[in-house]
Amino acid sequence: MAEHAADKVQDSIGQACPMPIVHMAKAMRAMAGGQVLEVQADDEGAHADIRSWCEQTGNEFLGEENAGSFFKYWVRKKA
Amino acid sequence: MADRNGTTIILLSGDFDKVFAAFILASASASAGQETTIFFTFWGLKAIQKGNLTGKGLMGRMIGLLNRGGLQRLNPSKFSFGGMGRWMFKKMMAAKGVTSLQELRQACLDLGVHFLACKMSMDVMEIRREDLIPEVEDVVGAATATKNAAASSVQYFI
Repeated sequence: MAEHAADKVQDSIGQACPMPIVHMAKAMRAMAGGQVLEVQADDEGAHADIRSWCEQTGNEFLGEENAGSFFKYWVRKKA
Repeated sequence: MADRNGTTIILLSGDFDKVFAAFILASASASAGQETTIFFTFWGLKAIQKGNLTGKGLMGRMIGLLNRGGLQRLNPSKFSFGGMGRWMFKKMMAAKGVTSLQELRQACLDLGVHFLACKMSMDVMEIRREDLIPEVEDVVGAATATKNAAASSVQYFI
């Protein structure tokens, strides 16, 4: 999957549930509608959780990429 | 109250593992934009106590001593082994990158989770408002807890 240009990068590598989501929610609050957040995480649960969070909050899940020892996820804040 | 879009957690337990579950669910639902409330009752009060000794009468002081509050004193519901279990779980959780209870509670507060304490349990166990952390918003009764629950779309009892 293609990389997305991110307005902000969040390093959640080494964090376990629910901290990647907690930090993502906090980061997104400070961002403007339409901006993209890149979350880097190696917690397997984040895989499903980031999608679920987007579904519940109405923010857009753009995609993910395997970066070897961790995953990159891109989320666009709803306008 | 019209749109039921909130989470109410009733935390009865003061066990390390169950308090963990409550804070994890609360922080996750607050992260998802749900108005989230934890109602701390009976043993659950330990999770919002400062940790000082409590009680006035003989029995109250005995409870305060044997059931001393504060996050750092919570024991797991299984494998307690007089404090060994707590030490073991903390070690294992830290090794797996799991956030500590203290940090998790702070995350809940930062996300705007409402902390309510049960008045009746506090009376029974002789716990005063001053024995609770200042972040506790209010000391209330069951009617407030049920009102919150009725206005929520999700309710947990832990």
